[in-house]
Amino acid sequence: MSETLKIELGRRYRFAASHRLHSSHLSEEENSRIFGKCNNPYGHGHNYVVEVSVSGDVDPATGMIANLDDLDAFVERQVLDPFDHKSLNEDVAAFREKVPTTENLCIEIFQRLKSFPKAKLERVRVEETRNNSFEYAGDNLEGNRP
Amino acid sequence: MVLLTRKIEFSASHVYHNPNLSAEENRRIFGKGNNPHGHGHNYTLEVTVEGEPDPITGMVLDLKELKEILEREVMKRMDHRHLNYEVAELTGQIPTCENIARVIWQLLEPKITQGKLHRVRLYESPDLFADCYRNGAKAAGKR
Repeated sequence: MSETLKIELGRRYRFAASHRLHSSHLSEEENSRIFGKCNNPYGHGHNYVVEVSVSGDVDPATGMIANLDDLDAFVERQVLDPFDHKSLNEDVAAFREKVPTTENLCIEIFQRLKSFPKAKLERVRVEETRNNSFEYAGDNLEGNRP
Repeated sequence: MVLLTRKIEFSASHVYHNPNLSAEENRRIFGKGNNPHGHGHNYTLEVTVEGEPDPITGMVLDLKELKEILEREVMKRMDHRHLNYEVAELTGQIPTCENIARVIWQLLEPKITQGKLHRVRLYESPDLFADCYRNGAKAAGKR
């Protein structure tokens, strides 16, 4: 029976960072109209929550899909270290060009985590605030979603 | 198709220990979870059922009935229990979130006859949870 079931492990992490939504392809007025408060030149910040889901076989010896220490260390190295208490625009190369919306942040975090060697990355969900969250499961959301 | 979710909470103790591994391996793999006297959590269980609303009642299934199933199958078995010693279905397994979620799926699945079990999500803490789905089940909604 168990082989017909799919098990995923979900883990939540937190980091705090600043950003400014601004596109060099748009005029000052357009930037201000489209991004509103988020276009403030000095930026602003959020306490982000990152929810990471991985799947795989549950090892009968440990009862685990992946050892939490391995997952935590990987996320720490790939995402939390480079993002926590940083300016996403200034300190993360991917956002020199791309606007650091949480949509783009979600995709960037997915790219940074998809090489996790111990289990398959299913999806990344990022909460920018308690009221906004974004989810990315690779190119094919439906396909990766059970 | 509509998804309906009911949440319950229970408290239980457990210990992570595999008798086939050495004491050092157990400590290395399970860390604090290997404390021989065990430890406990407030678990939160979210059970999601899929189905079409009945045209007369407007319900996928009666929440009262789901509540009774959860009470009987999960609360009676696991609330204020030691998962290693008092839950027969977990005998011989390490009571991780992954394994408990699977056992809960196996307990609930045959009992839910109106609608179909879609997902079991078990939180061990707000930051750690396991999801159990039917393999190959098709997404019905965003969450």
